[in-house]
Amino acid sequence: MNAVPMGNESATRITPGNALRPEDIALEVRTGLAKPTEDVAEYALRLGDDGLILAQRLGHWISRGPELEEDVALGNIALDQLGHARSFLTYAGGAWDKTEDDLAYFRREHEFRSAAIFEQPNGDFAATIARQFIVSYYQFELYRRLTESSDATLAAIAAKAVKEVDYHRDHSAQWVLRLAGGTEESRTRMIQGLKQMWPYVAELFQDDELTTRLAETGAAVEPSSLKADFDRLTGEILAEAELEVPDGPAAPGGGRHGRHSENLGYLLAEMQVLAREHPGASW
Amino acid sequence: MEANAPHNADRQAADSQAKDRQDADGQANFDRVIAEDSRIEPKDWMPDAYRKTLLRQISQHAHSEIIGMQPEANWISRAPSLKRKAILMAKVQDEAGHGLYLYSAAETLGQTRDKMMADLIAGKARYSSIFNYPALTWADMGAIGWLVDGAAICNQVPLCRASYGPYGRAMVRVCKEESFHQRQGFEILLELAHGTPEQKHLAQDAVNRWYAPALMMFGPPDDDSPNSRQSMAWNIKRFSNDELRSRFVGMMVEQVRVLGLTLPDSEIRFNEDTKKWEHGPLDWNEFHEVLAGRGPCNAQRLERRREAHDDGAWVREAAAAYAAKQSLKTKEYAA
Amino acid sequence: MNESKGPEATTDRNAWGLWEVFVRSSRGLSHVHAGSLHAPDAAMALRNARDLYTRRNEGVSIWVVPADAIAASDPDSKGSFFESPQGKDYRHATYYTKSEGVKHL
Repeated sequence: MNAVPMGNESATRITPGNALRPEDIALEVRTGLAKPTEDVAEYALRLGDDGLILAQRLGHWISRGPELEEDVALGNIALDQLGHARSFLTYAGGAWDKTEDDLAYFRREHEFRSAAIFEQPNGDFAATIARQFIVSYYQFELYRRLTESSDATLAAIAAKAVKEVDYHRDHSAQWVLRLAGGTEESRTRMIQGLKQMWPYVAELFQDDELTTRLAETGAAVEPSSLKADFDRLTGEILAEAELEVPDGPAAPGGGRHGRHSENLGYLLAEMQVLAREHPGASW
Repeated sequence: MEANAPHNADRQAADSQAKDRQDADGQANFDRVIAEDSRIEPKDWMPDAYRKTLLRQISQHAHSEIIGMQPEANWISRAPSLKRKAILMAKVQDEAGHGLYLYSAAETLGQTRDKMMADLIAGKARYSSIFNYPALTWADMGAIGWLVDGAAICNQVPLCRASYGPYGRAMVRVCKEESFHQRQGFEILLELAHGTPEQKHLAQDAVNRWYAPALMMFGPPDDDSPNSRQSMAWNIKRFSNDELRSRFVGMMVEQVRVLGLTLPDSEIRFNEDTKKWEHGPLDWNEFHEVLAGRGPCNAQRLERRREAHDDGAWVREAAAAYAAKQSLKTKEYAA
Repeated sequence: MNESKGPEATTDRNAWGLWEVFVRSSRGLSHVHAGSLHAPDAAMALRNARDLYTRRNEGVSIWVVPADAIAASDPDSKGSFFESPQGKDYRHATYYTKSEGVKHL
């Protein structure tokens, strides 16, 4: 083993080179090797919730995709997102002595910290692709920078996630091009999908006190600092697809502080129902 | 025109003779390959009945994987822990993959996947009747994995040696991937059986409901399975329905003890004379009813597949249109 | 990735073409036929192959080939096509028995 420990003294799996699993983080949290500050935990909760809600949405496509090959593709993306969510939530839970499942299944709606775009309904395939296009370009810029985080665990989770999200970017871009340049119907639907999802872009890049504090310590990055690269890279694909960047008004946001759209309640009700019927049970 | 007529008749006769000779050569070669327990490959001559039997079996198998995604996919959103959610998602996704491997194998016999899918959606094709039962509780995810995938694996392992090359190769891949499916089901039941009394009750209830349908997955009793003998002669099937069923019962008897649950069959016994496991009577009327489309979920399963297929039509069309435009652009550029 | 242009889109407007997939399981080994899939074009075929045939770390490189671009030998001419090598045992080291047991040979 020639892995160089990052910030921690003992041999740890938390290094950017490792394919980090949620179980590894759980172990480090339990043994006290990794312990997030209150701020870092709050921040990890946001990223974890983003991934969890998106995975919940994408999971619905499995057995309903436009072609069997796409069932498998969307399934892979959902699994990646769920993996990131589990890692972030497990780490966040370390601050409050809670497990990933405590956080996923036993928080109430206003305690979730996901941004509004993640809970937007799947709609048709074009709407799902529009949502994927936005979130994967956002997540890529975020995780790319987060690999440099002063918090070793956040950096390690990001190092695994950024590679996976890079593929999600490619998947969504390929489909934006095909739907925009396919038939008249697919182009209309793609334009509609982007129009539907674009109001939720602004929230992703809003700074607040938490991100400002964390950016100062080098643990996190200011969301606003990702915007220029996001605009440039999504702009290139949209230009190639001969699509305009939608210019409607931005949705109000507030997800980072527990104010969600009407969609989240239903999603959580379904996700949590079984676990809540059997509190304390093991599965 | 008339002057040519005798010529044409001669030609036809000659053609027909040539075809007969080819068929005779082909049959001889086919018989030799089967006798040597070697493999038939897509471009080889094969008897029409062999092709038809395989096409029916492989496409039904593929349909079963695809329809079989549904009862489990319904629980992805409600999985009670994130680990279980990830496992279930991966499993259902695998089933889509397995359907794809099998459709590919069937396509080598000269049928397009589109046609097979159209037949399925039109209700003209069959699939394993077990997927027409509802998955009512989380424990069903355990019972399906343990009993249904267990029975499927029992059936599939010998199919890895099926005489048709592409089928055997698809089954090798499927079996390799499915080894985790049965285990995850077993572990779901194990957790429940050792959980709260309520959880244990869920587990037992699920085993009670899935046991008989799982046994019927091996197909009708040998006396009532007219096609089995031919399939065995062709080295497609290696063991009879009853033989596989008996083996499966033996394995379940062992495993259910580890679970701390019981099988809902008081007549299970090991026959010392035949050295085979025996089980209680199965309701074959119900089996045939469900197979004929009159099961609890037949209509809903097909409707869901139809909906996904129809909703996806514009996407498939768009991607094909885009590809056509791109290749046209490349040609114009080259010209 | 070398994404050469695929075959003509299939005649049925909705149907995606059939592609054969070859996977290199690790560096130093050949690409081996893994199976087939449907895709509208080469770029998507590669991506579908990645999702379908390398979900469990099975590969480090993928080739996709339009199924109808593969030329195959005719199985009916098996006898004559593959007859020549039969009986030419002297092409194999095992033919040379007298030198058995001689070291480094």
